[in-house]
Amino acid sequence: MNIVLRLAWRNLWRHARRTWLTIGAMVFSNTLLVFMISFQFSMYGLMIDNTLQVFSGHMQVQAPGYKDDQKMRQVVPDVQSLANQLRGELGIETVAARGWSFGLASSEERSYGIGIYGVEPAFEVNVSNIPGLIKDGQYFESTDALEIVIGTMLARNLRVGVGDELTLLGSGLDGSFAAAVVTIVGIFDSGVKEIDRNIAEMPLGAFQEVFYMNGAGHQVVILAPTLDDAPAVHQQVAAALPEGLVVHDWDALQPGLKQAIQADISSAFFMYGILVILVAFSVLNTQLMSVLERTHEFGVVMALGMKPGRLGRLVMLETTMMGLIGFILGAAAGALLTYWFSVNGLSYPGMEEMAANFNLPGRVYPQVSWLRTAFGPAVVFLFTLLAAVYPAWRLRRLHPVEAMRTL
Amino acid sequence: MRMLPVLSRLAWRYLWRNHRRTLVMLSAISIGAWAMIFMTALTRGMVDQMVSDGISVLPGHVQLHNPDYLDDPSITNRVNLTDAELESRFADAGFAAWASRVRVPAVITSERESRGVTLLGIDPVAERDFSFVDYAEVEGRFLESAADNGVVIGAKLADTLETEVGKRIVLMSQDPDNEIADRGFRVVGLFHADMETYEETYAFIGKEAAQKMLRIGNTTTEVVFFGDDYRNVEPTYEKVIAEVDDSVRVSRWTEVDTYLGTMLGVMDGFVLIWFVVIFLALSFGLVNTLVMAVFERVREIGLMLALGMKPASILGQIILESMMLLSVGLLIGDTLAWLTVKPLESGIDISVVAEGMEMFGASSMLYPKLYMGDVVLSNVVVLVLGFLASLSPAWRASRYEPVEAITKV
Repeated sequence: MNIVLRLAWRNLWRHARRTWLTIGAMVFSNTLLVFMISFQFSMYGLMIDNTLQVFSGHMQVQAPGYKDDQKMRQVVPDVQSLANQLRGELGIETVAARGWSFGLASSEERSYGIGIYGVEPAFEVNVSNIPGLIKDGQYFESTDALEIVIGTMLARNLRVGVGDELTLLGSGLDGSFAAAVVTIVGIFDSGVKEIDRNIAEMPLGAFQEVFYMNGAGHQVVILAPTLDDAPAVHQQVAAALPEGLVVHDWDALQPGLKQAIQADISSAFFMYGILVILVAFSVLNTQLMSVLERTHEFGVVMALGMKPGRLGRLVMLETTMMGLIGFILGAAAGALLTYWFSVNGLSYPGMEEMAANFNLPGRVYPQVSWLRTAFGPAVVFLFTLLAAVYPAWRLRRLHPVEAMRTL
Repeated sequence: MRMLPVLSRLAWRYLWRNHRRTLVMLSAISIGAWAMIFMTALTRGMVDQMVSDGISVLPGHVQLHNPDYLDDPSITNRVNLTDAELESRFADAGFAAWASRVRVPAVITSERESRGVTLLGIDPVAERDFSFVDYAEVEGRFLESAADNGVVIGAKLADTLETEVGKRIVLMSQDPDNEIADRGFRVVGLFHADMETYEETYAFIGKEAAQKMLRIGNTTTEVVFFGDDYRNVEPTYEKVIAEVDDSVRVSRWTEVDTYLGTMLGVMDGFVLIWFVVIFLALSFGLVNTLVMAVFERVREIGLMLALGMKPASILGQIILESMMLLSVGLLIGDTLAWLTVKPLESGIDISVVAEGMEMFGASSMLYPKLYMGDVVLSNVVVLVLGFLASLSPAWRASRYEPVEAITKV
């Protein structure tokens, strides 16, 4: 083994307790960082997936302005053939046309204002998880039947069940009065109050009939194979679009989602930053002590011809070793902790109520990944080295004779 | 105890013998204490804002409903007391404020568009002080009395409906017999709210106009009560309970809005965890410092013991040293926190992530709040845990065998 390497290693264990305490600080924050970062980013992934799979998809083709105003007359003309064309050009089945309107739904006893989607039953199943969440009855089979599926809370509030009829009142595309009697064929339970209380779906053909849509709709929803493929698909869609239509990405469709994540990341990283700084101070303290107490000894070796630069490197090397031990132990402990929760799930009192706001389940299973495991400890390691710069740099001003005089 | 002045003086001097080490540790403690308090002030500010916003639209501190209303917010589930009966029971009961409202889901239609809204029939005079609508900032005017015949909607909703002050809209809901109840109203004002959702969701009309339109006589769907502090609603709750029987349901706001209620509880937990985590990160350095401080003066300690100082005094001296270090660090940290939070109390603009904050239920201005309780708690956590962490090095120092210690090089 290289002599400097061996020297550094031995110096480290002169004060074993001090070294372990310093490494302990690193292991503590590394474990915490690995676990928190893994947990956090697993939550974000879930939040994005769960939110987008309800209605938004990864992107939507709409008329300009529709995203902000959702006005009836901001239509995508001939929406089914556009969806068909996109399915052909993209070579994927996860493309579906929709219409949307607001209407008053009345049962015998109650009336509520709701949002009504007109959907293509054969393709809607590919882009939304609502069809899979039917817990009573079934999803549509034909695209023209005067049928409707509604959420559980709406069904309870309207006091209706599968097989009952609802009267829909609203206004058509031309502003005329639209009305229809539809039969409830299915009831879905998404677990999100807002959706279960306010949303209904009917077949697109029937929707266009009732609201005098004349073949038009309001959006074409596209789900890319994965979130990472979305930008590429976006380009293809943009190229294929006819004049007068736009395509919006998920972060434009759900601006709150991305910003909520950003806000959460910034507050979390403030806290992580503080942790890292505290560890750095701990290292600074240790290394400063270890340099000061060796002043006499350093004087001797310098008198024997060792260059101050080499002494500085020695101190940096000691710190690197300490940092590496902290990195490995902390990352391993953090990954193990995360792994344990990835099997057993993580929940805390009150999490269920809060999580529901973000389309999240009450128990989360964080995923272990290399990047999430390495990131926090790598930053700690970097700051550990930075903290040792000052003690190492002090050595450059050391004069052998004076140094040897100190005790 | 007699020894205390001497020991303190010794401890203080020892602390400054190695001033570099002490300064590094002091900076770490100050930063830690600052971060504890600063971060807590930010989150407290956010949650406070969320809750006070939430309460002003939602429940009031305590509210009274028909037992079925919360599950099924329909006009058929009204409070079985008329306005006159409510007045006679609650007018002199000493609430900070109270009011009865009509709150039903409705459809609002302009000549262009229709949307679902929550229709609130209110008495604007009674609600003046606790509404989320700042009457002065309403475009046009706000409702003037319970008998007002106009409607006030959010600016965002007006955009969508392509309507404006002076134009007419139609409100449609159902009466108790499930007949369509509708009426035209003139838009008299547009309100702005911190959160866009509010602007999209709420339409205000006079309470009497609502009662007439919905054909419900003098009845309402909810009564809201305000006490002095949203964190302590029990006195208000007790007062309401005393006046009613179980044909109505009385609930605290935490029961009606479980998200906000939980949020408040989770935040208290979070604050404590944050304090402890920061302390733990500090504790390694603290123990290390003490271990070193003891190690450097083993011989002196041996000498003191040999001269007859009690081991307990050595123990006390080390612990005093640690407490002094922590106290000075805390003092600096607290001051720093105060200096950084105070100028920010007028609000931090975080509107770049406004829509994200809406998902949390928070608005785009953040008003940090420094609570004495949090400051005290953070300091207590550091001192108590710091005391415990110092025990081991101090104990070791007091157990040295004098002869061995003196001869140690």
